[in-house]
Amino acid sequence: MNLEGRKITIHDMCLRDGMHPMRHQITVEQMVTTAKAMDEAGIPLIEVTHGDGLGGASVNYGFPAASDEEYLTAVCKEMKQTKVSALLLPGIGTVDHLKMAVDCGISTIRVATHCTEADVSEQHLTMAAKYDNLDTVGFLMMAHMVGPDELLQQLKMMEDFGANCVYITDSAGYMLPDDVSARVALARAELRPETELGFHGHHNMGMGIANSLAAVEAGANRIDGSLAGLGAGAGNTPLEVFIAVCDRMGVDTGIDLFKAMDIAEDLIVPMMDHIVRVDRDALTLGWAGVYSSFLLFAKRSAEKYGLSSRDILVELGRRRTVGGQEDMIEDLALDMAREKGTI
Amino acid sequence: MSTKVKVAIIGPGNIGTDLLMKAMRSEFVEPVWMVGVDPDSPGLARATEMGLKTTAEGVDGMLPTMREDGVQICFDATSAYVHAENSRKVNEQGAVMIDLTPAAIGPFCVPPVNLTDAVATKAMNVNMVTCGGQATIPMVAAVSRVQEVSYGEIIATVSSKSAGPGTRKNIDEFTRTTASGIEKVGGAKSGKAIIIINPAEPPLMMRDTVHCLTVDEPDKEAITKSVHDMIAQVQKYVPGYTLKNGPVFDGKRVSIYMEVEGLGDFLPKYAGNLDIMTAAGLRTAEMYAEEILAGNFVPNAA
Repeated sequence: MNLEGRKITIHDMCLRDGMHPMRHQITVEQMVTTAKAMDEAGIPLIEVTHGDGLGGASVNYGFPAASDEEYLTAVCKEMKQTKVSALLLPGIGTVDHLKMAVDCGISTIRVATHCTEADVSEQHLTMAAKYDNLDTVGFLMMAHMVGPDELLQQLKMMEDFGANCVYITDSAGYMLPDDVSARVALARAELRPETELGFHGHHNMGMGIANSLAAVEAGANRIDGSLAGLGAGAGNTPLEVFIAVCDRMGVDTGIDLFKAMDIAEDLIVPMMDHIVRVDRDALTLGWAGVYSSFLLFAKRSAEKYGLSSRDILVELGRRRTVGGQEDMIEDLALDMAREKGTI
Repeated sequence: MSTKVKVAIIGPGNIGTDLLMKAMRSEFVEPVWMVGVDPDSPGLARATEMGLKTTAEGVDGMLPTMREDGVQICFDATSAYVHAENSRKVNEQGAVMIDLTPAAIGPFCVPPVNLTDAVATKAMNVNMVTCGGQATIPMVAAVSRVQEVSYGEIIATVSSKSAGPGTRKNIDEFTRTTASGIEKVGGAKSGKAIIIINPAEPPLMMRDTVHCLTVDEPDKEAITKSVHDMIAQVQKYVPGYTLKNGPVFDGKRVSIYMEVEGLGDFLPKYAGNLDIMTAAGLRTAEMYAEEILAGNFVPNAA
């Protein structure tokens, strides 16, 4: 693979996707410390939001240590070079949250829908595109669930609503490099040349780096990851590793590798509630194609009702659940427990 | 001599057509008009076949004759954006408006919780909240009538095929209006609504999860009884309203897991979200109609 001379934009997910393994309990102070270090290291873009995006604070997904507004205000005002993004899932957050985040100083809004439901993002992308200088991104989750052609139609819809960048998101960490190449290459060939194209991976099958490289080769220019892989499931593409690989391959990320390594080792890993890795359940997510943030919910329900978390996750995959359906985990666990006679 | 109140349906889409099929069976109302904007709409063609007067000119197409046709109740099954204008026009002609869009300009109505109040105030516009609201607010109310609920949250999961373009374009109105209904009708101090659209095939049945946080320790026995009683009330007009799991008690959290199967009148049974909306809208109209027929209420422009 020859990527020599390619220039890409790295987007760190520790302070958003990383909220999942942290049960949304990262403090404002931890966010500010981490974000400042990332600014120092030259990471161009970082995401700061509840794990489930703006307005995610809920019984269903978890109440965070602070509000989106508190996190965003605190981080945005400390940034010298680094830009801050926020995530918004229509159906959870609204345009009111979007306006609030813009007022807090974000420069990028990412509007996320399931890979077949792009039309629910119209209200939000259209409004975002009206702001001057607001980088407007459409983000199609669970992109393994449809083929390249159908995915392209949905990406085009987001492009038409006003997204200047669209993402192919492997929320379940299910894809293998060929799956990524096929989707990214078709999108790159068919979308407007000025539309940026991104890839967001999860490391559940250990494919974070390989998939991200495949995405770059096929034409993506934005890559998501998180230092020390702090993200849902087995985490996102471990960023310090990806940056090192890019460095060796002559891909320009503009990031100071050693500083990135230091943040991963000295700030992120010590902050972790548990070591984010490809454990049995995270691997099951990837293998079965299940939304990565279901991980801790399945573990908790398994423990509460005397079940195997792997069985729960496999069944959630079989039922083709999508992002946001965390409520179905306890519901399913109750059904399984009744069948098994544990309740 | 008719003993039914004549009604018009605005919006010949999925909701409007399903509503028409239910209303044809009603003892209290008689659909006489179907109003659309597209002359090629299959919904208008179907209504014509069923003997209704139709127009593709919007509400304006019905206005000149609606009084002489005796229309006293209208249903709006269009979208939040055009509702206010539709409502103003039919109110001027002396007809009550039952709003099935999330526009929410009139008081909310969730039949088993506050239908009698809504009819008693003789409001000329009542709003049916949202499909998710109709499916979940009765459960929030079932908890809050037992003890104080500081926070009510609902997650409505609907199949992709049952989420029409109106819902998709206005998804924020769904979350806002439902959250407001959880507070105003459900009785929770603060409300939060989440909607998930799932494209799985075969389409999944509408699922609704209701989480309530109580101020004091929940009275498990009283809440469980109240929930079952309320379900029986909803089942009177939506027989497929079913408790799947719960109430689950976890500290001060009370969680209720519901499934809503539709009657399958026009739409498939999985679209319980649409069915509960049309059934609730019709039930509201029937209650108004009973008041009108009994001579207790004469709808009139203020």
